[in-house]
Amino acid sequence: MLAISRQRILGQCFQKIRPAVSELRSYSSAAKQITVREALNSSLDEEMSADPKVFLMGEEVGEYQGAYKITKGLLEKYGPERVLDTPITEAGFTGIGVGAAYYGLKPVVEFMTFNFSMQAIDHIINSAAKSNYMSAGQISVPIVFRGPNGAAAGVGAQHSQCYAAWYASCPGLKVLSPYNSEDARGLLKAAIRDPDPVVFLENELLYGESFPVSDEVLDSSFSLPIGKAKIEREGNDVTITAFSKMVGYALKAAEILEKDGINAEVINLRSIRPLDRSTINASVRKTNRLITVEEGFPQHGVGAEICSSVVEESFAYLDAPVERIAGADVPMPYAANLERMAVPQVEDIVRAAKRACYRSVPLAATA
Amino acid sequence: MSTAFSAAKFSTQPFSTISHDSPLVFAKPTSQFFGSTRKLRLTSSSKFNLSRRSGTVVAVSDYVKQKTSKSTTSLLITKEEGLELYEDMVFGRAFEDMCAQMYYRGKMFGFVHLYNGQEAVSTGFIKLLKQQDSVVSTYRDHVHALSKGVPARAVMSELFGKTTGCCRGQGGSMHMFSREHNLLGGFAFIGEGIPIATGAAFTSKYKREVLKEADCDHVTLAFFGDGTCNNGQFFECLNMAALWKLPIVFVVENNLWAIGMSHSRATSDPQIYKKGPAFGMPGIHVDGMDVLKVREVAKEAIGRARRGEGPTLVECETYRFRGHSLADPDELRDPAEKDHYAARDPIRALKKYLIENSLASEAELKAIDKKIDEVVEDAVEFADESPIPARSQLLENVFADPRGFGIGPDGRYRCEDPKFTEGTARV
Repeated sequence: MLAISRQRILGQCFQKIRPAVSELRSYSSAAKQITVREALNSSLDEEMSADPKVFLMGEEVGEYQGAYKITKGLLEKYGPERVLDTPITEAGFTGIGVGAAYYGLKPVVEFMTFNFSMQAIDHIINSAAKSNYMSAGQISVPIVFRGPNGAAAGVGAQHSQCYAAWYASCPGLKVLSPYNSEDARGLLKAAIRDPDPVVFLENELLYGESFPVSDEVLDSSFSLPIGKAKIEREGNDVTITAFSKMVGYALKAAEILEKDGINAEVINLRSIRPLDRSTINASVRKTNRLITVEEGFPQHGVGAEICSSVVEESFAYLDAPVERIAGADVPMPYAANLERMAVPQVEDIVRAAKRACYRSVPLAATA
Repeated sequence: MSTAFSAAKFSTQPFSTISHDSPLVFAKPTSQFFGSTRKLRLTSSSKFNLSRRSGTVVAVSDYVKQKTSKSTTSLLITKEEGLELYEDMVFGRAFEDMCAQMYYRGKMFGFVHLYNGQEAVSTGFIKLLKQQDSVVSTYRDHVHALSKGVPARAVMSELFGKTTGCCRGQGGSMHMFSREHNLLGGFAFIGEGIPIATGAAFTSKYKREVLKEADCDHVTLAFFGDGTCNNGQFFECLNMAALWKLPIVFVVENNLWAIGMSHSRATSDPQIYKKGPAFGMPGIHVDGMDVLKVREVAKEAIGRARRGEGPTLVECETYRFRGHSLADPDELRDPAEKDHYAARDPIRALKKYLIENSLASEAELKAIDKKIDEVVEDAVEFADESPIPARSQLLENVFADPRGFGIGPDGRYRCEDPKFTEGTARV
């Protein structure tokens, strides 16, 4: 018994002296590292082998091995009846996916980027999201819409929009956005197993990044709960919420802020709809300051919803106005320097955190 | 709209295969039907390019009329079938007329689109289906629901917005769904139902090939109008259905008007059936005011789909006697045109056929009329007496998995809060 209590004390000591500065990558010592791409590919593979009703549909998912190689190897393994290369007909094949889901099949529809989902948005919202309600529970739609979302590098205005806010405003949909490999595996598996329509927003620039994963994550029955955010980094001074690529930026900003003595808590939202308001509010009640970070357009964005939620539920706890960091309110420019200015950077997050902590002159609200 | 359709060669490839099991396809009238068209081929001029492997265009109306006038001994239907068709069409008509009455009395509200005049299409096609076959429709879906077997009480309650409706009052006139009868809606956007129907057909094929349910030969029917045939989704699905040989029949209810836009003003080539062969499937035009002709064409198209030969595009020339919806003043249509089609009322035509061919007597048909009136009145009474949905029903059925409403402020899932769907919890 003495041994156990000594272990416990030792464990607590280890937690205290664990360096807060290091990034996620250097935390675990002997953990395996996989890229987000491998995480998504292995999730699809395992879910397809577990349930014969799961099938993939999209442009270039089969013979091309996936436009971003996410579906690599799946055509050879499962055959052309389960990995379908479609013609360029977003509205058509999305509707076909919804019709198949009406009958209990589990389609995973890939959009080459979510910008193209605008051609199919009628089916995502009107037939997928609303059907369970309109049919009073008779017909559910266990479909997953996945693909890269948000800005990539130098792809211009029509290929760079973030759709999190659009889809998250619609009842009947679940909207998920993973950051690292663990998120990618867990959330995609949860999405495929879920009986409702799920919009799964990935990020093209994260596909090639590798993150450490534990053995539990690599197990084929692993999944994460939908609707729960994760506190990536604990802190006491300011709460920074982010999703997808911005989580990485927020973690880097937190390291920089640590040097200035500001202890930031970073929340990885994981689930945009339903939003984990309880975690966010609990965090704000602890730190009393909030910064929301997102890549999409600022007006009516995810940050606006989080800000409202906090003002409604934790107004008395706020010591500073909520800071909203979002992409610039312009269509994405092409020139590299302009593009850098149109997307939030680590310096923007640091500056906002300092403002929230009253360490700098308060800035007038920028457009 | 052009009415002259020249005889076209039938490419024998899709139709000459020995069919397998379905007794419907082997019914005597069907094979005789093909006999007559083959005879016609010898006489028609061969201007058409037969090297196209796809299906061809054919106008059925003339051939069937020819056949029925020639042969007096072999009728197209039996007495039971005739009475069933008559009852179904009268049911549709009486129900829609009652809907109009109820709307003007304020019991029904919103958008109500009535099907008067088009009953032959619904009855002709849907009465040939099994329970597991699916039907996807548009906002003009009351009669499709009734033909498919949804009880009149459920449909009327749904229209009144009562909780005993087929969708518990949450869908309404334009969104009729029934899992039990495989009626997949009920879509307000035109063209929206076509990809859904294609997906349902895809599932049938997937079940057979991947899930190895060997006897799954379910067919899907997609009903839509002439205006939809200019919409992108229609063409996308014609392509994919033909590409993947899906068991689906695309039924165009061409009533010549899309609200106030006449078909000829909106379409570069008004002959819709011609769009089928462009995608590699047969395109057929049929007189949609004659239920027997529709039934003949339907038998072949559904049989094709069941045998795995792929999709068919059937254009039914029909007409709606009332306006687009009950809110439509219907000023743009020429009264002469309306009279022309009113004279071709499908119910009157079938009645005449049944009596002339001694399949039924006046008294029997009157008895059916009376029975239907009673059923419809009973449906109205039932709907009237049904309760409106409870407040707690507002938040129900949004998700199949109720945890989709997320985690509440107390850290537990919202749906675990016992007060969640009583309208007291914050959304």
